[in-house]
Amino acid sequence: MKLILDQNTIQACREAAEKIALDIQNIIDDHSTVAVERTILRMLGIDGINAFDIPYVNLVVEHIQTHADITKGVAHYFAKAIENTDFSPQQIAEKIASNAIDLSIYDNEKPAPIHLLTPYLENTERKILAQKATRDQWTTPKTLPDKYVIVATGNIYEDIEQAISAAKKGADIIAVIRTTGQSLLDYVPYGATTEGFGGTYATQENFRLMRKALDDVSKTENRYIKLVNYASGLCMPEIAAMGAIERLDMMLNDSLYGIIFRDINMKRTFVDQYFSRVISAFAHITINTGEDNYLTTSDAYDHAHTVVASQFINEQFAKNAAMKEELMGLGHAYEIDPNIENSFSYEIAQAQLSRQLFPNAPLKYMPPTKHMTGDIFKGTMQNTLFNIASVVTKQNIHLLGMLTEAIHTPFMSDRAQALNNANYMYKAFKDFADEIRIEEGGIIDQRAKSVLNDAKKLLDTIAEEGLFKTLEKGTFAGVSRSQTQGKGLDGVFKKHQTYHNPVIDRMLKALKEAT
Amino acid sequence: MAKWMRPYGDTMNDGKIQLSFTLPLNNNAHGEACAKAYAEALNIHDVAVVHAETLSDGFTFYVVYGTASKQIDAASIKATEVETDVMDKATIETFIETHFNRPLTFIGASTGTDAHTVGIDAIMNMKGYSGHYGLERYKNINAINLGSQVDNEALLEAAVKHQADVILISQTVTQKDVHIQNLTAFIELLEAEHKRDDFIVIIGGARINHSLAKELGYDAGFGPKKFAFDVASFAVQALRDKKKNV
Repeated sequence: MKLILDQNTIQACREAAEKIALDIQNIIDDHSTVAVERTILRMLGIDGINAFDIPYVNLVVEHIQTHADITKGVAHYFAKAIENTDFSPQQIAEKIASNAIDLSIYDNEKPAPIHLLTPYLENTERKILAQKATRDQWTTPKTLPDKYVIVATGNIYEDIEQAISAAKKGADIIAVIRTTGQSLLDYVPYGATTEGFGGTYATQENFRLMRKALDDVSKTENRYIKLVNYASGLCMPEIAAMGAIERLDMMLNDSLYGIIFRDINMKRTFVDQYFSRVISAFAHITINTGEDNYLTTSDAYDHAHTVVASQFINEQFAKNAAMKEELMGLGHAYEIDPNIENSFSYEIAQAQLSRQLFPNAPLKYMPPTKHMTGDIFKGTMQNTLFNIASVVTKQNIHLLGMLTEAIHTPFMSDRAQALNNANYMYKAFKDFADEIRIEEGGIIDQRAKSVLNDAKKLLDTIAEEGLFKTLEKGTFAGVSRSQTQGKGLDGVFKKHQTYHNPVIDRMLKALKEAT
Repeated sequence: MAKWMRPYGDTMNDGKIQLSFTLPLNNNAHGEACAKAYAEALNIHDVAVVHAETLSDGFTFYVVYGTASKQIDAASIKATEVETDVMDKATIETFIETHFNRPLTFIGASTGTDAHTVGIDAIMNMKGYSGHYGLERYKNINAINLGSQVDNEALLEAAVKHQADVILISQTVTQKDVHIQNLTAFIELLEAEHKRDDFIVIIGGARINHSLAKELGYDAGFGPKKFAFDVASFAVQALRDKKKNV
């Protein structure tokens, strides 16, 4: 099964997206954020919290903001502090927390001996590369979509129970949904947690506990079970670093999602997503982009082209972060209204179009949610059609639809039912796509072409007016955002001329050497 | 007059019922006997465990059919529903013209930590849901959708600023009753600021109903399968009645 697409149109889409991302990259390169600085501190090995549960990395950044000049970057202060004391970064952070060190004495223009940070960065990088090697040993190429389920109990220990059960029923990927509201916290909570709403806090300890449980079940099931969390919100790069250290395998990570759906400032998001993608590229973590969310808000039929346009933009942002195509889990969703005649054909057109536009990307396909009603029997039918579309168009990351979507966070049995449904359809439709042809001039052919043409027009407009303006106009999901507003803007700053981010420099160098 | 009844399978009052549940037991004869015993403990007899499936070590899922022995008197059961006339879009638009000499402002948000906009969007956005246009499309209605994760304080501040007539609150996440706490806090805030009577305040969401809304101190509550016209019908009539009483 193959669509015949105009290669010139596809090329034009890519070129427009390249221009869009490049414009933004100039802004990214000039700025840093408090989250970026905290990430550098984490990469230097700083961990832990004070007596009031405030992470040391936050205390350090706040200290520099208050008493010195954050625009020079944390690397400036730590390199000089290490030069002048015998303390490790962790010790320095603890002493800042107890007011035993004041970094303002290093607030001068004298160049910082950044190389003194190298041993500490190398130490963390070694951990990340060891995790990557462990994953590489396990992973085998897949021909059918990876079955992805979520756990969302709020309690990491319950999540582990649910995850093990799902893995035993055939799930390939477990995503631990975050507690509602975490994306707007400007710090990462610490330790194992048991209280969350609609999900569980993303903490490094929770990552470690779940990874350990999944490693155990991977051994008994003799296949590697992947773990997913969210490198998104106000702590995007920090969570990417924590995930790299604890061997997460995928991270939800979108260049526009936080701006549109969480009202996070656009500069903040672009700068943070860049660093988080460099880290994920280095750690070989697959990102999942969030285009599916446009369709939960806007209509899937009318706004299909915005999904494609955003996929092209996300692809370019990932390329700018030196990420390989095989790590770009570009997203889309089966959100078409079931009342539309030929809805399945339109959906096949969209899914097959994404497949052919991004042949090397592990596409992430999201199940019906918007039109799930509480009628669990109808919901099962909707999920069945989604499962068929996924296997027939050879999607890679297949998020299973729950029959109780719109009712409650999934029961253990809901997940098992979803896996049974997917397994049945995978088997029934295994080679079906190779047996059929798309009729030229038919519904699927025409629809795919018109979506692609509309995406091209949109990308051309965005390239002309710039992404900031597009976001202000509310082109994506009908939500309008201003570049001078939004959460986290006060944590964005223009880099001083002596600014260094040694983590990005080192990782980009390693990534370029590898290619 | 009493109207006693049981569930209907294919014969009146046969009491046929289907249920499915998971027990923390291994999938074997003992587990199945326990599933049957559990259904019996729920006052179901002639229990047939038609399907048993292992979910994980020590967890089995059962599908069970049986005959419910309990009956209820339907005539004695009361339900609270929103008791205003339901009008269509055009009628609502005319109603506003007739009863008010200005457009009405509806301000809405998904509040607290709730990140879901699907509910508030279905009611407010131009497109609406399931073929029913949202409030943005209504003539004489000024619809302001603040989106998700809006603080109670920020919602009230915006409502005052825009001189809203109606406040709409959507709550999707209901785990551990987080929505109850949040909805209670908003009413308390309104009362503390002496602004409860300035607005018609309506809540909505998959697990919201009118009785819950009344209990929490709201004017109305709308659950699943309710559209913009349901909400607007109630709101415009409530505003008219409020005007009369002043």
